[in-house]
Amino acid sequence: MDITGRKLFVKALLEEGVDTIFAYPGGMIVDLLDELYKTEGIRVILPRHEQALVHEAEGYARATGKPGVCLVTSGPGATNTITAIADAHYDSVPLVIFTGQVPQGLIGNDAFQEVDIVGMTRSIVKYGYTVRDRKALGEKIKMAFHIATTGKPGPVLLDIPKDIQTTSGPSEYPDYVAIRGYKPNESVHIGQLKKAYKLLKSAKHPIILAGGGIHVSGAEKELVTFAEKMNIPVVTTIMGKGSIPENHPLYVGNSGMHGRFAANIAVTECDVLLSIGTRFNDRITGDLNEFAPHAKIIHVDVDTASISRNVVVDIPVVSDAKLALSKMIDWAEPMKTDKWLAEIKQWNEEHPLSMPQGKSHELSPQCIMEGINEVFPKGIVVTDVGQHQMWATQYIKCGHDKKMVTSGGLGTMGFGFPAAIGAKIGAPKKDIICITGDGGFQMNMQEMATAICEHVPIVICLINNENLGMVRQMQQLFYGKRYEAVSLRKRVGMDTPKPLDPNYPEYVPDFMGIAASYGAYGIRVTKNEDVIAALKEAKKHKDAPTIVEFIVSADELVLPMVKGGNPMSEMILK
Amino acid sequence: MDHTMKNRFIALYVENDVGVLAKVSGLFSGKSYNLQSLTVGMTERDDVSRMTICVSSDDVTFEQIKKQLNSMVEVIKVLDLTCVPVCMKEILYAKIKDLDHDGMDAVFRIAETFRVRVKDIGIDCLILECMQTERKNNELVALLKRQFHNKVEIVRGGPVAIESISTTDSK
Ligand SMILES: Cc1ncc(C[n+]2csc(CCOP(=O)(O)OP(=O)(O)O)c2C)c(N)n1
Ligand SMILES: [Mg+2]
Repeated sequence: MDITGRKLFVKALLEEGVDTIFAYPGGMIVDLLDELYKTEGIRVILPRHEQALVHEAEGYARATGKPGVCLVTSGPGATNTITAIADAHYDSVPLVIFTGQVPQGLIGNDAFQEVDIVGMTRSIVKYGYTVRDRKALGEKIKMAFHIATTGKPGPVLLDIPKDIQTTSGPSEYPDYVAIRGYKPNESVHIGQLKKAYKLLKSAKHPIILAGGGIHVSGAEKELVTFAEKMNIPVVTTIMGKGSIPENHPLYVGNSGMHGRFAANIAVTECDVLLSIGTRFNDRITGDLNEFAPHAKIIHVDVDTASISRNVVVDIPVVSDAKLALSKMIDWAEPMKTDKWLAEIKQWNEEHPLSMPQGKSHELSPQCIMEGINEVFPKGIVVTDVGQHQMWATQYIKCGHDKKMVTSGGLGTMGFGFPAAIGAKIGAPKKDIICITGDGGFQMNMQEMATAICEHVPIVICLINNENLGMVRQMQQLFYGKRYEAVSLRKRVGMDTPKPLDPNYPEYVPDFMGIAASYGAYGIRVTKNEDVIAALKEAKKHKDAPTIVEFIVSADELVLPMVKGGNPMSEMILK
Repeated sequence: MDHTMKNRFIALYVENDVGVLAKVSGLFSGKSYNLQSLTVGMTERDDVSRMTICVSSDDVTFEQIKKQLNSMVEVIKVLDLTCVPVCMKEILYAKIKDLDHDGMDAVFRIAETFRVRVKDIGIDCLILECMQTERKNNELVALLKRQFHNKVEIVRGGPVAIESISTTDSK
């Protein structure tokens, strides 16, 4: 018996095991919403903005490993999702985004709320398609879920014109689709992997560089086992942080622009670099000519196109991280790396990661991060983008039961808070801590309403330095302290305020007032000694989110730092 | 690895579907690859189109281009034609106008030498139809432009290629 497209849509979601959908209504999807209304078992979350909606789906996906499912209307509903789709694309987050579209008869007429969303998102989705044939709807939805979740995961956009939703057609939802142009890599070339292993084994100064691909493939345990069996030190990228526990003796730290001194020097000095699941983006490599200059490079990645793209690789291995590591574990024999490990340890002792502590009454970012480590030993830390994010990647201790979720590839301000909401919706039993800046929080602050209405008790650690601190830091270090367009406290006609100036007009908004107006909790912290008590208090709140606002001086810097385009060995330490 | 820029050829089997051409050409503009020509047409199968693409690049970029194309869901197969024997021709029409008697004669001589057809003719103008390699077409265009400055109108289709059966290369 034939059924309508809208009925098939819901049937498909149920068969895919979708339990949550993030949806924002509009004329071109009311039919689908009407069908969801009649369906049991799918929670419909109503965010307050479509960009935040997609970030929420990203947080949900990162916390659960399942694809995040989004439903938005045509035109402005669709265009509002673009930034977040790009974010998911660059961080390989599996998403299925359904957009409503005007009826096919109106496509091309510049009809009300018609946009070519498939065209607009072509370069930031794994696959995008406008369904033009009701008969193909089931197959296309199946394709969307399949492509989003296999191989290197990513966002898939399916645009469904209104007439497709209402027309009757086949009721079947396929449980398998063959796609001739899509063959994700599911095996590994053993000969190539053996060659890689032999090279690694021959090294005197080997390093493993672990990227986000370790998390995507769920290879954390295998990574640690392999490193332990071989006695090889591990450096992570920001996206790979937590793939090996922070206190592990073989863990060196994060590398990259704001990485640890020892980690960047170790990468610079190593003779064989085994990199797994990272695409060597410029924040990791710095000046390409000076990146790991003495090293032969082995690159394991599931995506062929990521290999030999940014750095020239000696042995490419196209494989899922978990698969490659489990094979190599079978061969692994301990290497004599004691001297090398001691050398790295010494670099770490020479330049440990620590911030200059300010006057006693001030609040230091390091102290905040350490407080979070103490009060929340487990859970998921979700960050926004800026200085606070870098402090989090430096000082938050991650491991296999403490994850970090951050916007790495695109660096999207406004990501953190909604992503944290999505993570909590996906993993309600876990502590979810959002670390955000005063700038980024304001980019999606409206989601306070979503968090209240959906009962999402997350802890929002808002690092308020009254500034777009990351940019201010650049202006401070490289642009002669000419602070333009970075102070969020500056009033027209007045000079840019000094950090925490008591004689200057108040910062707006009053975040405590914001918390109160939404019916959330608010705690303001201005001293190091109050950090722990505030976080413990926030942890108790189970019915609504808590904003813990930390008042920090804008002069706090993220160090060490490598200036963009410089070699990784040239770190600014003080 | 060869770091010199040279012309390379790819044959691409793609889904015959809306937006696929835009997606493929978008890759070249989006990633700043140097696209020389792109032709597309139907094949023996209704649901498959085939493109012949010429890019100018070094080895590293060319490898990357092939991988990027391969990773598109809409792309069914990527064939590198740079180093295999192929039959490859380009269609070109040249309309030459405002010719006097001597000019006419000259064009006929050129046509004969290049072995291209005079397809159409008027009192003071004619059209050449040229089915030859891209390189030959380039030479012809250069010659016509030099001799008949401001009098030539050129339209070209871009090269179309298929792998040879024998091992002779007719690029
Ligand atoms: C959407 C977006 N716009 C601009 C930027 C550039 N940018 C990167 S960090 C930053 C400042 C962030 O300020 P805030 O959220 O207060 O964090 P802080 O650096 O002060 O900790 C800016 C403007 C960006 N990454 N994303
Ligand atoms: Mg700030």
